[in-house]
Parts: sequence; C-alpha cells; structure tokens
Amino acid sequence: MLYGTRLRALSLVTAVTLTAGFGLAFFYAPMDADQGFMQKIFYVHVPLAIVALCGFVFGGVMAIQHLRTRDARYDLRSYVAIHLSLVLGAGVLVTGSIWAKASWGHWWVWDEPTLVSFLVVFLLYATYQPLRFSIEDPERQARYASVFAVVAGAFVPLNFLAVRLAQSYTHPRVFATADGGLPAKMQLPFYLCLVGMGALYVTLWKYEMTSKHTSAQLRSLRRKLAGDDAVAPHGRSAAPSLGTSP
Amino acid sequence: MRPAVGALLRKELRLELRAPQAVPAMALFSVTTIVVFHFALQRSEVEGALASGVLWVTLLFAAMLGISRLFVADHEEGGLDGFLLAPVDRTALLVAKAVSLFAFLGVVELIAVPAFALMLLGPAPDAAALAQLLVVLALADAGVALVGTLVGALAVQTRARDLLVPLLALPLLMPVIIAAAKGSTPLLAAGGDDVALRWLAILGLYDLVFGLLAYAVFDFLVED
Repeated sequence: MLYGTRLRALSLVTAVTLTAGFGLAFFYAPMDADQGFMQKIFYVHVPLAIVALCGFVFGGVMAIQHLRTRDARYDLRSYVAIHLSLVLGAGVLVTGSIWAKASWGHWWVWDEPTLVSFLVVFLLYATYQPLRFSIEDPERQARYASVFAVVAGAFVPLNFLAVRLAQSYTHPRVFATADGGLPAKMQLPFYLCLVGMGALYVTLWKYEMTSKHTSAQLRSLRRKLAGDDAVAPHGRSAAPSLGTSP
Repeated sequence: MRPAVGALLRKELRLELRAPQAVPAMALFSVTTIVVFHFALQRSEVEGALASGVLWVTLLFAAMLGISRLFVADHEEGGLDGFLLAPVDRTALLVAKAVSLFAFLGVVELIAVPAFALMLLGPAPDAAALAQLLVVLALADAGVALVGTLVGALAVQTRARDLLVPLLALPLLMPVIIAAAKGSTPLLAAGGDDVALRWLAILGLYDLVFGLLAYAVFDFLVED
C-alpha cells in the first residue's frame, strides 16, 4: 500500500486549515472576559488534546486489527499512531501547564480533572516504547505491544470517568461542554483549529508511514541486488520492522 | 475448563505453601512500609484521608511485588510450556492466576490491615466501618488481581521485567486507587460516614471492564 499518495495535497490542506484557524482565533474570536489574551492558548491546547486522545484510540483499533489478522502492517500503523500521539501529548501537558499558570497562578493544578486524566494516560503510554524495546523477538514484540495498545485504549475513557468523579466540583469549569460554554464567535475558530490539528496528525502519520515503508522497501531491494550479507541486520529496536517481505 | 482451573489453582497454592515466597515478602514489605510512613510523615497517628492514602499506597506497592513474581516460576521452570501442551482453554490460566493473586492479596491484607490499625491508625474503626472496608478491599483486590495478571503475563517475557511491572500497573490501577482511597476515607475517620456508593460503583465497573478485557486479550499473551 502506498502511503505517499496525495501527501502534497494533504500537507497543503493542513497548512491552510491550521493557518486559517489560528488567524481566526487571533483576529476574529473575541477576547475572553476573564482571561484576556491568554485564553488564546485554548485554540492550541484543546485540539491537541482531542487529537492525541483520538490517536491513542486509533492505535488501539489498529492493534485489534493486528491481533485479528496477524498482519505486521497494522502493528506499524498502531505504533506510528501511538508514537505521534505521545509527541502531541507532551505538547498538551506543556500548553496546559502554561494555561494553568496564566489563569490560576500555578504551573500545575490537581483540581482540573481533564488535565490530570491526561497526565495519567500519558504516563501509561510512556511505557509503550520501553515495553517494545525490552522484547527482542519481533513477532512477540508486535503481539505484546498490540495487547498493551488495546488495554490502554480501553483504559482511557474509564480513567477519565474516575478522575472526573474524584473532583469535588468546587472548581469552576471554564468550558463546561462543547456546546454549553462556548460562544458562537469562538466556535468557528475552535472547530477550524480542531480540523486543522486532525489534518496535521493525519499528515504526519502518513509521512512517517511513507518513510518507514520506503526504508523497508529499500532494504529488501538492496538485499535482492547485493545479497543478504550486504545489508546489516536490524539492531534491537522498539520500532516494528516490516522484515524482509517485499 | 473447571478441572483445569482447579488443577492450576492447586498448583499455585501448593507452591506457595511448600516454599512460601510471594506472600511473606508482601506481608513483610507492607509492615515495613507502614514503619517507613511513620518516620517519613513524622506522625504516630493518622486518620481520614491521610490514613486512607497510607493504607492504599502500602497495599498497592506490596501488590507490585506479588505481580512481578506471579509468572516468574512458570516462565523459568517451564510451567508455561507444560500448560500450553495441555489441551485446555488458555483462559483457565488467567482465571487461576487471578484467583490466586486475589487470595494472596487477601492473606497479605489479613496481616497488613490489622498491623496498620495497631501501629498507625488513630481512631479505631467500628464493626460497620470494618465491614464496609472489607467490601472496598475485596472490590479493589479483584481489580488489582485482574490487571496484575495481565501485566505480569505481559512483563514476564520481557528483559526489563521488574522495571516494567510498576510502570505498567500503576497508571492502569489509577482508577482503583482513586475510588478505593476516596471510598475508605470516611471509614478511617473518627465518626465518619458510610462509604459513598459511587466509589463502589467505580470499582465494580473497573473490575467488570478489565475482567472482560483480560478475557479478550489474555490468549495472545500465552501463545508460544
């Protein structure tokens, strides 16, 4: 399967949507009455978080497919999705921390359930790479990583429920629900940013998949041309290798 | 499946009875942790939320020891290979391991909870609070046993076994910690209320979800 198709168009769409979204967020959306300019980080932070969580769940779905079909490509998809979500997740924690400092005066607040849940999820997924790295056999590595991705994917909603219930509800929620607290003039930029961030995720995912596929194909071509000895074997790696299959 | 589960359970219990390994270590560890808490917190008595936190951190960390030992003997002595050769459902191993881990946790708590009450707990809990604490303990132990069996089976085949168990299990058990600590806070306070039903509901939901999940994915962990 070719992941490189329509990559240029997708990159363009991503750039345009994100630029338009951020432009609207800065020049069209009204200033927040309480938080002022600092509230603009909302247009980065929340789409990042939503996209990262969706990426984790997508990784879990691909892992289910991998366990069902035993096709190594699904494992690669799951791996790239979770890897990318982890990177975005680090961004979520940093932007969330900056926002918390600006609006509540502390770098970290424990009574913001969404942020705390996200930290727990992030800590869990941070063990994905060490887990992969400590299993040598590639087939078993893929299988165990998929089991982890399925379990962790199911853990995400349960964790959000438990952390949310653990709060005492004394803290005012800035944006209660998607349609509850958000004024109409903030909705359009927000959704545009969300779509742009989603497109960014898909683009990066496709770039990474294309790169992995190309290098795997290059290896197998080299091996065919120059013989098995000419290509150094894979070292121990956390990343799934597509092996010698063409 | 029942004879297989029975045989595996008898094997687990016989191993532990002949050469006690996990349970004494866990019990000793939990008593030591209580002493550590006494010095680290610099208190001779705790109650309420603090008592609940101390109790659950102690029990959870003791459980980590049991989880990382759970599959080691089978892995090293070829027990897993023997099991895979037998024509039985692999779920039998999940059930037997989870039940035996649950039993081990129960025995450890029989020692750790009275020790905690004697050494560190301020107010003496009455019979009603004790009964409710038993319910919280049982529900939380079921969750720990299920997740522990999954994580133990996952980690035993890796190089960094002892490193991975707490790294994987602690975040996965966060909902259990939240609900168990919140739920037992009033039970460990002087003149506290009853346990709020929603914590029991969360623990029950967690047990249900992870029970089904473990049933679904465990087969993939014991394949070769």
